[in-house]
Amino acid sequence: MAHTAREKTLWSIGLLVVVLFALIPVIWIISLSLKTPATITDQSFFPTEFSLENYKGLFEGGISDSPFIKPLINSLLIASITTVISIVLASFAAYAIARLEFPGRRLMLAGALAIAMFPPISTVGPLFDMWRTLGLYDTYPGLIIPYLTFSLPLAIYTLVAFFREIPWELEQAAQVDGATPFQAFRKVIVPLAAPGMFTAAILVFIFAWNDFLFAISLTSSDASRTVPAALAFFTGDSQFTQPTGNIAAAAVLVTVPIIIFVLFFQRRIVAGLTAGAVKG
Amino acid sequence: MSARTRSERRLGWLLCAPAAIAMLAVTAYPIGYALVLSVQQVDLRFPDEGGFVGFQNYSAVLTSSLWWTDVFNTVFLSVVSVTIELALGMAIALVMHRAIFGRGVVRTSVLIPYGIVTVVAAFSWQFAFAPDTGFVNQLPLISDDMDWFGGRFSSFAVIIMAEVWKTTPFMALLLLAGLTTIDDGLYDAAKVDGASAWQRFTKITLPLMKPAILVALLFRTLDAFRIFDTIFIMTAGAQNTESVSILGYNQLISRLNLGLGSAVSVLIFIAVLIIALIFVKGLGARQPEGGRV
Repeated sequence: MAHTAREKTLWSIGLLVVVLFALIPVIWIISLSLKTPATITDQSFFPTEFSLENYKGLFEGGISDSPFIKPLINSLLIASITTVISIVLASFAAYAIARLEFPGRRLMLAGALAIAMFPPISTVGPLFDMWRTLGLYDTYPGLIIPYLTFSLPLAIYTLVAFFREIPWELEQAAQVDGATPFQAFRKVIVPLAAPGMFTAAILVFIFAWNDFLFAISLTSSDASRTVPAALAFFTGDSQFTQPTGNIAAAAVLVTVPIIIFVLFFQRRIVAGLTAGAVKG
Repeated sequence: MSARTRSERRLGWLLCAPAAIAMLAVTAYPIGYALVLSVQQVDLRFPDEGGFVGFQNYSAVLTSSLWWTDVFNTVFLSVVSVTIELALGMAIALVMHRAIFGRGVVRTSVLIPYGIVTVVAAFSWQFAFAPDTGFVNQLPLISDDMDWFGGRFSSFAVIIMAEVWKTTPFMALLLLAGLTTIDDGLYDAAKVDGASAWQRFTKITLPLMKPAILVALLFRTLDAFRIFDTIFIMTAGAQNTESVSILGYNQLISRLNLGLGSAVSVLIFIAVLIIALIFVKGLGARQPEGGRV
């Protein structure tokens, strides 16, 4: 199809608008984080004086006094543990749903969908009360358990869609060719299933990394508070200074790795986000 | 029933059980517990008082003007942001589908908002609009001393902007997936018959995309209805901008009034059920399946 110069110009403008709109808040928070305390309220989009002061402030005092290091460790560990457990449990369920005939298969899918729509705020009060009784309040498991619940539907749907595409006959073919069942599984099925599991893992990690409601409701200290919750409790150096610069710096540190990750694996993420939603 | 079918059944149940238990443990049991708490007087600040009070908590919530203000806010924010997202998402999806060049660039940029933590995005937009740090008031056509968070609907404007920015990508990707299932031959045939671009959009694209649109709308509406993070960071509910989730949080966690807070939780759960039912029964959205079942 031939395109006129006018079409190409219009198209370029449209592209530019979309890219700018997506990038502005990111560039803005980076630029804010690089401003000096004196110029942070100068209202200019780009910094006039650069400084790393805001970043230094995050790490001062080491692990015990820094407002950022412990929450960052908590976030990384909690999101990673959630991802591993969620993918293992979801893989079992998705394998069964994709490959086995058993009553309750549709119920499992419908149930997972219902959980995905469940309002988390409705569980926060009871969990708060139960966790205090069980000693899970302000602990890692106290956050990992609810994250598992709400990430499993996402993982199961993504994995079922991927697993249905796997040519499982290859497993038998390998066995006919003399491979042991374990070899057939490891050399044939694992490489075929790995991309889907990896995609589901990215989506679950981003979900757990992003959560705020459970993180502020079920924690009370740096023992298990994650970065999004810690950001909301940042205070300035004195009661008269706003923590704007430090929040911006912390925001950049938790955002940039995820953005790089997302951009690197964008094809997989798109495939995962749309899996199961199309073929009705 | 053959031994093979029986063992297949058992394996199926066995493999699904851990996930099913993990999903029910933090939903079915707590919502049941919330029902129990909601008909009692449970206030952790006054642990000695308590007992069964019937529907007293519900009537206290349903007769308070705060609840209805918050319901209005939540519905208003959901409807406005999901409408804008649908229009923008559809535009971006069409653009990505009919890309002349740079399809990769658009996909890359729309994924950035998806990857960013909601709280971080909320802070970024808040600092951008704040009268002391923000660059927005320096833009042409905007008053230098505009106090965005000083009024209800100007706060809503910023909240909606942040929500739309964060979630339009998801909408666009779901719609794009729906678009790619449409047979291009239909458009060629319509063109031969003299249909305009607009006619092709309304007579071919929209009807064929109805399932994809309904699924995207259902997911986004329910998601928008639980709005919490953005409001908590930007206004914390000031200027009458509270959502029902913020109200629930305040009663449960800030005031430790588990009885009243649980009544709010149960009411939100019922509201979500009603929205889902409207979509599924009323509009005919089907349960999305990962292919054939």
